[in-house]
Amino acid sequence: MGVDRRQFLKIASLSTLLGIGGKAVFELLAPGELEAAVPLMEGKRWAMVIDMRRMTDEIMDECQKACHSVHNVPNFGDPKVEIKWIWKEEFEHAFPDQENEYVADEVKHRSYLLLCNHCSNPPCCRVCPTGATWQREDGIVMMDWHRCIGCRFCMAGCPYGSRSFNWGDPRKAPKELSPDFPANPEFPTRTKGVVEKCTFCDERLAKGELPVCVEAANKKKEDLLIFGDLADPDSNVRQALRKHFTIRRKPELGTNPNVYYIV
Amino acid sequence: MYDGGKIIAGLVIGLCLLLSPFFYNAGKAAKAPEPELTAKAKEAKQCVADTAYMKSRHMHLLDEWRQTVVRDGERYYKGSNGKVYYKSLQVTCLDCHSNKSKFCDQCHNYMGVTPYCWDCHLVPKENK
Repeated sequence: MGVDRRQFLKIASLSTLLGIGGKAVFELLAPGELEAAVPLMEGKRWAMVIDMRRMTDEIMDECQKACHSVHNVPNFGDPKVEIKWIWKEEFEHAFPDQENEYVADEVKHRSYLLLCNHCSNPPCCRVCPTGATWQREDGIVMMDWHRCIGCRFCMAGCPYGSRSFNWGDPRKAPKELSPDFPANPEFPTRTKGVVEKCTFCDERLAKGELPVCVEAANKKKEDLLIFGDLADPDSNVRQALRKHFTIRRKPELGTNPNVYYIV
Repeated sequence: MYDGGKIIAGLVIGLCLLLSPFFYNAGKAAKAPEPELTAKAKEAKQCVADTAYMKSRHMHLLDEWRQTVVRDGERYYKGSNGKVYYKSLQVTCLDCHSNKSKFCDQCHNYMGVTPYCWDCHLVPKENK
């Protein structure tokens, strides 16, 4: 006679306790532990304020064109495989949490310029299994395309649709839609199976330049897009936020987005 | 031993077939390719580090650059000659070594390595 049922259960439960019920599980399940693992903001915190009252569709297109050509973002012409770093969206889709039954016509019927919110509490970074996306000390939610395995957890985690997946080789994008792709020889393309998104132009910030969308928009109208440090109380963004009433996308989710809209 | 002659003959033929590539290629060792320098690279005389180091360790240097640029945002590298370089395969390395097929690919093919840098990083157009 081998092991009876009772003995089997005893051994099984004991080995489970020893195996996975060790310190790790208690640490994982302890309340507040995950929250503490998210790095706290120190010093700088990059943010953007977008003045939608003076914004036009043409300028938004201009911003997208500038961004997508500088970052070699391909155009496949198919919304199913679309890759976007910055894009236009109607009010109801951009701000589905705005609960007012009746909204001013001009607010309701114009498009909004959307991009990665570079949240202070980014859900995408929490779910990334390889550490390919993380929050830098200056608040930028950065990506390491070398490390991305294309699992798309971050896309599921992001409540703003800011992340796009390369379903195919971006270099095989139809030539008639993106004739000059890759337009910027100083920036890489991505490869099949990698997620990409806006990085607040970290490569330009490193050189002391403003993000390319900000530059493109402000060429048309001054201070349409304001980019600055939210941690500094005298910064341009903080001044704009003091002066105007702004809204953010889905703030109730607790992601603490850093892109503000003057409506 | 039954059919001993056939077995031994078969073994000999099999061994010959197995070794035939060695006999076929005997004395014809492929020469290690010499990386070709562009005029710009020749003029600069020295890379970001000395030639011996670059020959044997360039992949480690590139890996370190990748890590420090993307992760830590440190975009400049002080070379052994005191000069400061912008850390970028695409912008800095390939600016001098714009002849990728003669500088990179030859050796990589000879060594049988296929780095996937070029899946994303753009290669300058070469005049052939």
